[in-house]
Amino acid sequence: MSFLTLDHVSHHYFSRNNYTKALDNISFVVKDGEFIALLGPSGCGKSTILSIIAGILKQTTGEVLLEGKPINDSDLAIGYMLQQDYLFPWKTIKDNSLIGPKICHSKTPEVENEALKLLKEVGLANVADSYPNALSGGMRQRAALVRTLITDPKILLLDEPFSALDYQTKLKLEDLVSKLLRAYHKTAILVTHDIGEAISMSDRILLMNANPGSIAKIFEVPIELRNETPFLVRKHPKYQLLFDRIWEELNKNEINPEQAKGAANQDES
Amino acid sequence: MSPESDRHLLINHKYKLKREKKIVFTWQIAILISFFAIWEIASRLYWIDPLLFSSPSKIVELLMNKFSDGSILPHVQVTVFETILGFLLGTIIGIIIATLLWSSNRLSKIMDPYLVIMNAMPKVALGPIIIVALGPGYISIIAMGAIISVVITTLVVYSGFKEVDPNYEKVLKSFGASRFQCFKEVIFPATLPTMISTLKVNVGLSWVGVIVGEFLVSKEGLGYLIVYGFQVFDFTLVMSSLIVIAVVAGIMYKIVEKIESWLIKHTG
Repeated sequence: MSFLTLDHVSHHYFSRNNYTKALDNISFVVKDGEFIALLGPSGCGKSTILSIIAGILKQTTGEVLLEGKPINDSDLAIGYMLQQDYLFPWKTIKDNSLIGPKICHSKTPEVENEALKLLKEVGLANVADSYPNALSGGMRQRAALVRTLITDPKILLLDEPFSALDYQTKLKLEDLVSKLLRAYHKTAILVTHDIGEAISMSDRILLMNANPGSIAKIFEVPIELRNETPFLVRKHPKYQLLFDRIWEELNKNEINPEQAKGAANQDES
Repeated sequence: MSPESDRHLLINHKYKLKREKKIVFTWQIAILISFFAIWEIASRLYWIDPLLFSSPSKIVELLMNKFSDGSILPHVQVTVFETILGFLLGTIIGIIIATLLWSSNRLSKIMDPYLVIMNAMPKVALGPIIIVALGPGYISIIAMGAIISVVITTLVVYSGFKEVDPNYEKVLKSFGASRFQCFKEVIFPATLPTMISTLKVNVGLSWVGVIVGEFLVSKEGLGYLIVYGFQVFDFTLVMSSLIVIAVVAGIMYKIVEKIESWLIKHTG
């Protein structure tokens, strides 16, 4: 069953006397409960795709359907996690995690209990009444995860949520997110430029090209890797095989635009 | 290093801090005393004209009399009242206008040249018009105190609104927040420190507005005392009023500063 469909989606950014084509004819389908990774160099429009799915940006052409309905008509909650936690420094961790229900006017004592339960699950029960600046980066990102999960979103959009963390924290958080998403059976789209992260967390990897953003190739993650935790995936022999294939593909994509750029530079000089 | 010697270093450090504080304080007091001492001496020895520049002893004498018979208190009260009301009104109206500008990009583009002109214009020049429009009384003076700070508040707070990291709004929008909810949950609380710091600037500005207003039209207030003293050539009265203004304005500034640090502490 197709849960989320992107059908020939393009997006342009306009400036005073120019435009950039950020996305060119992106089409893909995400199944219910699937974990998709969008992998690509910076500036290939990965985050733009997420903003469009989240309904924050409106695509210039094409269609985005969530359970068969255009996303703006759909009342399904969408969870969005950004590169940094963006917790509000003037709210406690508990209030921060409850901001979603507050916005949707669905903040009830049950939801508050649910938030406390989730905070406990990610190991933040003892700092629920602290302010974000008292917490470490990993703890803050975990609080942001609770904030995202509390609205019970049908789909999670993860915009490089681990990129600002140190390596050890990142690995631990990958495991936690992966475990939680599986436990609650969530559909997720992860944007990343880290090949290892893409392989270890997702079921399918969409490799993207830049200028304009388009999908270059799709990799299926072997079934043996899907059921392991991200940390163990990295030790699996098949991990390295897939890594090398993606690495090769990335370099191939990189060479062509680089050559074009080199030629352009020569023209200038 | 043993804990004992670590503790010793801390004590040493604390001692140094204390000493530095003492030196600064001593110099501050020394400047104050020498300023008044030189003034007094210059006046008594006729280096400066005591009729024009008065002297600290005369000012102290006058202030003692005025305070003991209570005749200066109404003037202080009136001016302080006008100033507080002026700067609160100026700040609040400024914030409201900034909010309106934020709520509509088009409105802010349309208003841009007018705000620039309003900001560049010396607001006290509007004094006579305000007095004609609002009548010679408290209302005009309070309006003067408010108008002088309203435009700058608008500009500062509006740019504060625009500087809030758009990703905070992105978080809320992903939950389907409306523009009003974004303002209430992010823009306003994130800009609160900016608003409070404009409060500090506005205290000073409102004093200017109120004193000029009292110069132009009033029967009471410290500005009135200055003008009255000038007209009857009683410069001791002028100087005394100046000193009272300096002290009260200083106290008011400190109070706003205290409110600021309290608010910042309690709003994260």
